Amino acid sequence: MRKLLNTLYVTSADAYLSLDGENIVVLKNEAEVMRLPLHNLEGVVTFGYVGASPALMGACAKKNISLCFMTQSGNFRGQFVGKVRGNVTLRKTQYFMSEDNNTSALLARNFILGKIFNSKWVIERAIRDYALRLDVAKLKKVSYNLSNSLNLIKGCVDLEQLRGFEGEAASQYFSVFDDLILQQKESFYFAQRNKRPPLDNVNAMLSFVYTLLTNDVASALETVGLDPYVGFLHRDRPGRASLALDLMEELRSVFADRFVLSLINKRIVNASGFVKKENGAVIMDDDTRKTILSKWQERKKEELKHPFLEEKIEWGLVPYAQSMLLARCIRGDLEEYPPFLWK
Amino acid sequence: MFVLITYDVNTETVEGKKRLRKVAKMCVNYGQRVQNSVFECVIEPAKFKEVQHRLQEIINKDKDSLRFYYLGNNYKNKVEHIGAKTSLDIEGTIII
Repeated sequence: MRKLLNTLYVTSADAYLSLDGENIVVLKNEAEVMRLPLHNLEGVVTFGYVGASPALMGACAKKNISLCFMTQSGNFRGQFVGKVRGNVTLRKTQYFMSEDNNTSALLARNFILGKIFNSKWVIERAIRDYALRLDVAKLKKVSYNLSNSLNLIKGCVDLEQLRGFEGEAASQYFSVFDDLILQQKESFYFAQRNKRPPLDNVNAMLSFVYTLLTNDVASALETVGLDPYVGFLHRDRPGRASLALDLMEELRSVFADRFVLSLINKRIVNASGFVKKENGAVIMDDDTRKTILSKWQERKKEELKHPFLEEKIEWGLVPYAQSMLLARCIRGDLEEYPPFLWK
Repeated sequence: MFVLITYDVNTETVEGKKRLRKVAKMCVNYGQRVQNSVFECVIEPAKFKEVQHRLQEIINKDKDSLRFYYLGNNYKNKVEHIGAKTSLDIEGTIII
């Protein structure tokens, strides 16, 4: 299994990234503030108007380090990708399969099964841990509905129908998301999912964390040689990493949503870190963003036993493990794609 | 794994000074400079072999010396620091 390396996050807008020998050097006002060897990194994520020298870009491309640019608020702006790598045959098979509705549906079904199974267990976990503080009957009902959806989906091979089931299950899950917020209820509440722009604190955090996750998943797909832009469940659209979004479905609830919930419930973030703009959009301040990033990085280092591989890996390698399994399935080495099922 | 590289390069001659510069530059490429001739590297064993080899090619074995200390994977409780110039935790969260 691959080793999880570190990611460098650059949040100061006046920093410039350059290359010196085998080191990445961070400059501020032409003074060196940090220097670290490239072989310790697997990704660089920058926020705001930071620049990187062409020499560094070249070195990143060569060493397979993802270099990703985001806006200050965490919206994806672009990514620097080197030469197209990986296996042409694999990628062609992927394109071929995505054109075919039946094979697409088979893969999409497993992504959705994973998604709903995991959402269900996020709810079941909450019931187990906080039975006295939650409306157990209401949560049990949603969990039951999700189990039903799982049964319906198991037998379904129609892409449109699958999308319908998925939407239904997602709205079921989000209908009780607010119940899972146990602390700081006055400033952190969840009515519905909204984005571009997020209209409340919880949605602002969700959007930010989803962007981080998409980026991790897209680079994981890239490393195994798949094209993150050609999906099975999500339709192709210019500039949208559809396959990354497909693969993310099963990780959203266990990886991102639970992470956001724990930040709120453990009072790691608080209301003062959020600003509401005139148009209703909510943005986070720099300190909150930094806190989230450092906790995110810590979370990625936590270990778990992968349910399918039965190997102990870090959470941060889960996207990679799933991409690898997907590649094997597309290549025909695995009969079906095994979604990541968390309990 | 975590390796500490230290060196002593004889700088009485011009060639010696040249070697010192080269050794230092090579070490900077792979590790973090914690003191003038002391480098900490968090590095894969294979990659480390490469560094070792390249360093050996630079030094003059009759005059200079290199020392490598292997501190394994659980190095955090084996290193203590007092005074200025704190180092960066390369496996920790890096935000700037």
